[in-house]
Amino acid sequence: MTGQITQHYILSVLVENKAGVLARVAGLFSRRGFNIYSLAVAPTNDERFSRITIIVDVESAPLEQVVRQLDKLVNVVEISQLDPSDAVERELLLAMVGVSVAERSQLIELVGVFRGEVVNVGLDRLTVMVAGTPETIDNFERLLESYEIIEIQRTGRVALPKLDHSRFSGASAATA
Amino acid sequence: MKMTGAQALIKSLETQGVEVMFGLPGGAILPVYDPIIGSSIRHILVRHEQGAGHMAEGYAMATGRPGVAIVTSGPGATNVVTPLSNAYMDSTPLVVVSGQVATAAIGTDAFQECDITGVTMGITKHNWLVTDAAEIPRTVAAAFYVATTGRPGPVLIDVPKDVSNALMEWYWPQTVEDLDLPGYRPVTEGDPAQVRRAVELLLAAQRPVIYAGGGVLKSRATDALRELAERTGMPVVTTLMARGAFPDSHPLCLGMPGMHGNYTAVTAMQRADLLVALGARFDDRVTGKVAAFAPEAKVIHVDIDPAELGKVRRPDVAIAGDCNVVLEAMLEALDAAGLGHDERCRWSDVGALPRPGTPAANRPSLSPWWAVLRRWQQEFPLTYHQEPGGLLKPQLVVETLRDLSPDDTIVVGGVGQHQMWASQWWRFDYPYTWINSGGAGTMGFAVPASIGAKVGRPDRTVWAIDGDGCFQMTAQELVTAAAEQIPVKVAILNNAYLGMVRQWQEMFYAERYSEVYLSPDLPDYVKWAEAMGCVGIRAESPEEVTPAIEKANAIDDRPVVVDFRIDAFEKVFPMVPAGASNDDIVVAPQGREAKP
Ligand SMILES: Cc1ncc(C[n+]2csc(CCOP(=O)(O)OP(=O)(O)O)c2C)c(N)n1
Ligand SMILES: [Mg+2]
Repeated sequence: MTGQITQHYILSVLVENKAGVLARVAGLFSRRGFNIYSLAVAPTNDERFSRITIIVDVESAPLEQVVRQLDKLVNVVEISQLDPSDAVERELLLAMVGVSVAERSQLIELVGVFRGEVVNVGLDRLTVMVAGTPETIDNFERLLESYEIIEIQRTGRVALPKLDHSRFSGASAATA
Repeated sequence: MKMTGAQALIKSLETQGVEVMFGLPGGAILPVYDPIIGSSIRHILVRHEQGAGHMAEGYAMATGRPGVAIVTSGPGATNVVTPLSNAYMDSTPLVVVSGQVATAAIGTDAFQECDITGVTMGITKHNWLVTDAAEIPRTVAAAFYVATTGRPGPVLIDVPKDVSNALMEWYWPQTVEDLDLPGYRPVTEGDPAQVRRAVELLLAAQRPVIYAGGGVLKSRATDALRELAERTGMPVVTTLMARGAFPDSHPLCLGMPGMHGNYTAVTAMQRADLLVALGARFDDRVTGKVAAFAPEAKVIHVDIDPAELGKVRRPDVAIAGDCNVVLEAMLEALDAAGLGHDERCRWSDVGALPRPGTPAANRPSLSPWWAVLRRWQQEFPLTYHQEPGGLLKPQLVVETLRDLSPDDTIVVGGVGQHQMWASQWWRFDYPYTWINSGGAGTMGFAVPASIGAKVGRPDRTVWAIDGDGCFQMTAQELVTAAAEQIPVKVAILNNAYLGMVRQWQEMFYAERYSEVYLSPDLPDYVKWAEAMGCVGIRAESPEEVTPAIEKANAIDDRPVVVDFRIDAFEKVFPMVPAGASNDDIVVAPQGREAKP
């Protein structure tokens, strides 16, 4: 999962919270040959819907095709496209790391620099968590490489549009 | 009113206006078969569920109403996968109801369990696994709504046995909101600004071509298409899925484009400065090598499916909307521009007569373009040569069949050489008279689809034009036709080969024939027809063709099969080799080329 992707887009897809919806979305991507870079699913505050955040590798297909094919899925209610430059993106990483007694404080310090947390402590292992922009997470992951990595898990990105400093959101919504 | 889920399912289909369904029962769907006794819906018992699916497709294509098939779980459901895929490719409205094992058994590999919603996810417009009997009326209503609106397509409703047996309180959803489809909003109306731009391009074009696809038929836009063509004097090509959408006898009609299209239709698109694509999807069988397709043409693309706009070829004007609605809007814009109904061109002076002083009056004349097209038509007509007393040519069979059968005969094609000869040599002057498997190319389609078409249009003569290979895939449905007294007619163009594959091996694999020989008389098609309760006829020479067809056309109380023994070496021409540019069209076999 590490490594920068240059050409990517963020699709924030509101779907019906029904059995099989994720399979429909994933199946569409695979049968049309569209590449997913990362995918995160979670319920929304309205229990009828879930939100899928998909990072699409747009080298594989024009974004417009991806969106229009996705929009044809009956369970897909709404698709927002976010350009990475107009969005705030966050991701969370959990890592279980093997550490000697000598290394332990170093690692705790590193996690501190990234404003992360040590979430679990064992005799010779630490589980740490860092949340941040995907670039931050990439950097942290690279720095972890000098330790014994037992397991790393990343959630995949979630994103929301950037807010506009120059006007009230109500007004911008009305003119949109 | 309390009833079982099964009763609610049948009552829902009745309420939806279903008059016929094609199916075959089994364990998981048993509860649903009980209330079929006493239902107003005619049930046609097929011999194989693939037949049920294709019959439902033939019915839908002939009538414009959704076809309905009903099957049991597991193998019953998987047998209908091919028709679902076929209907998906050709945008045919189909509602398939499948039985499923009881909800408690789902996921346990129970007897005849198959995850059919998983299997058909990619080949249905949508599908539903119903887990609560109370959801049945809503799901059925939603299924028909989704299948028939927007870009039509197949849907599947999977009903577990316990859900069929459970009791529910009857209701019927009254509005679209009741269908619980928050993510489904088909577009119909085109953007007026784009319609205006389209008309501007129409009026500026010097070498326009209307590229009519199957969407014209789906949206019932044939009258509007004809009006557009006659007002503007633009030539029309009709794709394999649109044969009959514009009359072949019309002077503005150029016929079929594509891999086996005629020279003029193919080359008109190549040289055009404007393509007006209506409900067409730039299929590779039409475009040939995409990069070399219609290089000078601007493109107006009208399609109800926004995902088709720009999928293959980037349009200059993209209009997402129902073809008929958009065409009506274009006609209105043409009224305003000075090309009204009264300005329609006369057959003799193709090129139209706009009102003086209107924008249309300044448009370029199409006469030079038509002069070129007429020259091509004369120089490169479709040809074949029937040697008197020689081997029977398939084209002669199709022509004789056409001339001896009513003009509004419904023709149903199989897949292969015979399909192309049928499309090329029949004259389609009426919409909904050509039914075939286009996008999927499903061998075995013709026999069951013709039965479905005849059920939907019992007033019409229905001729399936089938290949010997195709016929052997689904011929058993003639037993269904005989038992149900559905008098379809089947012409087998028997070349003893999987002919289309044979043609490719001859042309592109140095005549190395691999696994394409079938035999002309194994099986004996006449005896086989008789064993299935049909009349069997054989015609082996050109002289026998007319009597055989006359005899077949005179029979109206049971199905007829005519075994036409044709020249096995006849190939389909013209041909654009797969992947080649349409400019590389091969008009006729060596030695038979017309010289310019
Ligand atoms: C189900 C299926 N299997 C294989 C093919 C590939 N295929 C296309 S045409 C053809 C030959 C059809 O033979 P026949 O029905 O005799 O028609 P002909 O070409 O000889 O007229 C084959 C095998 C197909 N289209 N569909
Ligand atoms: Mg054959």
